Amino acid sequence: MKISTIKELLGAQAVCCEEMLDHDVKAACGSDMMSDVLAYVKNQALLLTGLVNAQVIRTAEMMDMICIVFVRSKEPTPEMIELAQDSGIVLLTTNMRMYEACGLLYSNGLGKVGEADG
Amino acid sequence: MGEAIRFHFNVDGDNFTSAGQASVQIKKNLRQLGVAPEIIRKVSIAMYEGEINMVIHANGGDADVLVHEDGIEIILEDRGPGIPDVDLAMKEGYSTAPDNIRSLGFGAGMGLPNMKRYTDSMVIETELGKGTKITMRVNF
Repeated sequence: MKISTIKELLGAQAVCCEEMLDHDVKAACGSDMMSDVLAYVKNQALLLTGLVNAQVIRTAEMMDMICIVFVRSKEPTPEMIELAQDSGIVLLTTNMRMYEACGLLYSNGLGKVGEADG
Repeated sequence: MGEAIRFHFNVDGDNFTSAGQASVQIKKNLRQLGVAPEIIRKVSIAMYEGEINMVIHANGGDADVLVHEDGIEIILEDRGPGIPDVDLAMKEGYSTAPDNIRSLGFGAGMGLPNMKRYTDSMVIETELGKGTKITMRVNF
């Protein structure tokens, strides 16, 4: 699923790296606990979270993720935006809650961790 | 047989926000050396969890990454309180991190288990009141 489609489905705003909206993601994971995100490496390229701090960006970077969606209208800080720009990670914000955002993407065909290749 | 390439980092224990900087840097360094992406991911995740641990529990420390011909060695050394019960600390979900750390997205009791999960070997040397040294290896 293209990041632009995810943005559309979630009614999200892009905060940075909009030039990457054309990129494809094959799986996603949703969590506020970064260690849980780090525990399951597959080729999930999208992180949905309600957590807002610099470690969210670093966690995504460690996992080679290319897009983070902040749910519940959470806004990333300028420092986070700078880190994301350095790493080439698209930041999106949506006013949807986690359950709703994940459910919508899943029901539209975005797989869960483990279903993507490799 | 060539010498190992060594990268050294000081992990600043005062600032949770900057925790992980060394891991981001090592990721870049390994990329420049042409190390395979899967290996880089394992090394950087293991080191990142270790760095977070050093900041949460031990007021920082030293991190060394050695690139050998047959694999990568990560050595994390702190002068923190030590780990009283290593077997317990290795259990998923067991954590002694304070609540404020959980609100930052860590302290779920997954740090050490994740470090073990992503490495081919992990040795913990710890002494109460002295500190902890963790040596991990990811083989090529």
